[in-house]
Amino acid sequence: MTINELQDQIIEEFAQFGDWMERYEYLIEMGRELPPFDETHRKPDFLIEGCQSRVWLYPSFNDVVITFEADSDALITRGIVALLVKVFSGRTPDEILGADLYFIDRIGLKENLSPTRSNGLLAMIKQMRLYALAYKSKTEHS
Amino acid sequence: MPLAKSIEAIRADFPILVTTVYGKPLVYLDNGATTQKPLQVIQTMDELYRTANANVHRGVHRLSDMVSERYEAARETVRTFINAPRREEVIFTANTTASINAVAFSFGERFVGEGDEIIISGMEHHANIVPWQMLCERKGSKLKVIPFSDEGVLDLEAYRNMISGRTRIVAVTHVSNVLGTVNPVKEIVAEAHRHGIPVLVDGAQGIQHGTVDVTEIGCDFYVFSGHKVYGPNGIGVLYGRAELLNEMPPYQGGGDMVANVTFEKTTYNELPFKFEAGTTNFTGAIGMAAALDYLTGLGREAVAEREQALLAQATAGLSAIDGMRIFGTAPHKVSVVSFLPGKIHQYDAGMILDKMGIAVRTGTHCAQPLMERYGISGNIRASIAFYNTEEEIEALVNGVRKATEMLG
Repeated sequence: MTINELQDQIIEEFAQFGDWMERYEYLIEMGRELPPFDETHRKPDFLIEGCQSRVWLYPSFNDVVITFEADSDALITRGIVALLVKVFSGRTPDEILGADLYFIDRIGLKENLSPTRSNGLLAMIKQMRLYALAYKSKTEHS
Repeated sequence: MPLAKSIEAIRADFPILVTTVYGKPLVYLDNGATTQKPLQVIQTMDELYRTANANVHRGVHRLSDMVSERYEAARETVRTFINAPRREEVIFTANTTASINAVAFSFGERFVGEGDEIIISGMEHHANIVPWQMLCERKGSKLKVIPFSDEGVLDLEAYRNMISGRTRIVAVTHVSNVLGTVNPVKEIVAEAHRHGIPVLVDGAQGIQHGTVDVTEIGCDFYVFSGHKVYGPNGIGVLYGRAELLNEMPPYQGGGDMVANVTFEKTTYNELPFKFEAGTTNFTGAIGMAAALDYLTGLGREAVAEREQALLAQATAGLSAIDGMRIFGTAPHKVSVVSFLPGKIHQYDAGMILDKMGIAVRTGTHCAQPLMERYGISGNIRASIAFYNTEEEIEALVNGVRKATEMLG
């Protein structure tokens, strides 16, 4: 499934929800289902500090695709983190760098990516792209 | 003592209170961050722009005279509101932060040197920490911090022991923006004055909850923001004792603050203008005066009484929720409740409450050292104003219960 097919699938899932509480309940569930974060990776290097909530992001690269592990101290943020990991993990650096992340806006969570929210999510996406860029240049130069 | 108006009439004075968010009636409980504005303020400022706008203290023309008179009348309104001895001791600034920075810079330039000490408390807003830290960095002086108990009460014995021959100023908050504690500022001032040390009181959260009398408190500086006392934003007050202000150098240079300028030497204007460089926010000052008049008209003691009743309702309602922790249980506090239900993250709860139309603040409330003191990353703060209703407090309690169920 391409990144966009996956995004469309998430949008479709969210379209079924009647109200905000259902969307949040779903996100909370997604957050709970996110695989536990490896505690040895819970280091300042992998922490994205937000004023409202904090996000941890750990990348690994097998020379083809990047795998992301992530976590947050807030459950709803963790749910959104889970969606982002679902979309970006297991992708090549080129796929990540070329992706237009439109699903967040379409499922009504746009305000969560506003810089003023300071929940770590915006910085997390930037960081995912930075890792992609770093791995891409690494493969090109090796 | 009852309020001068019914709660319905009061709510009708605040046009924003009928707003709906996500199709739900707005329940505004973030008054500690900023308060809503009554029509009396909105109309005053609107009318000013329509009929009397000109720069203050500069024109020979009628409009400039008119607005200058109203600006100076606003200063007198502030003077009366805080019972300052003299009109020129009231300086208009941009906000509380600007006022504290002005004192930290100007007082610091004149009176603080290497090895000197500045005392603040552990429950300060960043605005009453960072300017002093910056001063310490510039001068090589030291910051000392008064600890407080779990209930949120300052340790006055520790404070007394902290005062030394090197202490140059004490800067404490009147009311904690997180805990709601009303600090015994009169006692704190008396103790400092026994050693000849001046005291700055941060009134950002104190000015709006009842009567403030700077003469009775005895403080040397009292600072607050217009927007937290039902006035516009971008206007603040620095009250300072003339004796000290006269000795302090100006911290900003420009127009209006000078008496005579040549390229060789400039002499400074008198108080309060010495500290009001450039075109001031006179519209804001006049708008703020309208807000102060509004509060005086309602009855400031009555405002405080109503807020205390709503605080008691909120505290009782929230405390009944399983696993609830309330931060700040001092015997003397204003209508602010900071809390965390169980292990729930404040941001999650805040997001769910938001979708119910309930506006609260979540996070560290610009008081990170305080959060560290309690070992938490932040909490939820409901800050209540006199225009809030019993139904709104009930909506908060029900909303928190529902969020707790969803997240638990």
